[in-house]
Amino acid sequence: MTHGSPLATVVVFHLGPVAVAKPVVTTWVIMLVLAVASWASTRRLGLIPSRRQAMLELLVNAIVTQIEEVIGADARPLVPLLGTLFIFLLAANVSGLLPGVQAPTAHIETPAALALMVFSAVHVFGVRARGLLGYLGSFAQPKLIMLPLNILSEVTRTFSLMVRLFGNIMSGEFLIALVLALAGLILPIPLMALELLIGVVQAYIFTVLATVFIGAAVGGETDARRSAAVIHPKPGDS
Amino acid sequence: MDAKIISIIAAAVAVSIGSIGPALGEGRSVAAAMDAIARQPESAATISRTLFVGLAMIETMAIYCLVIALILLFANPYA
Repeated sequence: MTHGSPLATVVVFHLGPVAVAKPVVTTWVIMLVLAVASWASTRRLGLIPSRRQAMLELLVNAIVTQIEEVIGADARPLVPLLGTLFIFLLAANVSGLLPGVQAPTAHIETPAALALMVFSAVHVFGVRARGLLGYLGSFAQPKLIMLPLNILSEVTRTFSLMVRLFGNIMSGEFLIALVLALAGLILPIPLMALELLIGVVQAYIFTVLATVFIGAAVGGETDARRSAAVIHPKPGDS
Repeated sequence: MDAKIISIIAAAVAVSIGSIGPALGEGRSVAAAMDAIARQPESAATISRTLFVGLAMIETMAIYCLVIALILLFANPYA
């Protein structure tokens, strides 16, 4: 087997007492490439977009529209986090197809870190939108007896976010490695195409689920509209 | 039989039985989504987005089984 255990990590070098594993190095390279690419592509923005800027605007607009459709409110405070998450996941999942590179999301540490990030972002955005007491009170909705279940679901959905990304990407790479070891040259190529599709879909799903979780914590448009209607009833409303 | 062989068999059983339920569930949900898109093609975008998220939720069950199998095979505490 070419990969060995999918749960083990290869330590590349030590930075003082900290062991730096291979997925971390890959993540750093992806971060560097994305940062330089973003810096270079947003350097000369004009009112009349060039071809490159039009492509960039298309991507950003697509992300903003998707987020707005999911949470039904202004997406702008969420775009920096969720857009970066999506672009990073896209790059990380697809990077496994480069020769010699293993996708960092195929090891459980990277999905765990990303899921923890989403977990904390949910609470930060929830508290910011509703206030501390209002946010804590939302755990006791619709009845107080739901409190333990709501708290449990916070933990399990973060865990399943992690396991879903890890399982999909890792199993794809594992499958390609197995087929490569069994039957040579041409056969893995359709599987690699499938893996490309799975990587893109998983990046999309991770981002959409993060959006859904944050949207639920913020309390979507309908809740805001309802409470606004209760506080300031319009003359026409019954 | 020693613990190693039992865990290999258990890993295979976990994946094979554990993927039956999610497979049936995913089939049902895709069929329902197709039905809905055929009835209302204008709401295809919303339906397919919800379908993807739902499929991801269902698929998680199968992936839990996969993770159990991997733990049994590669990080087995008993063998």
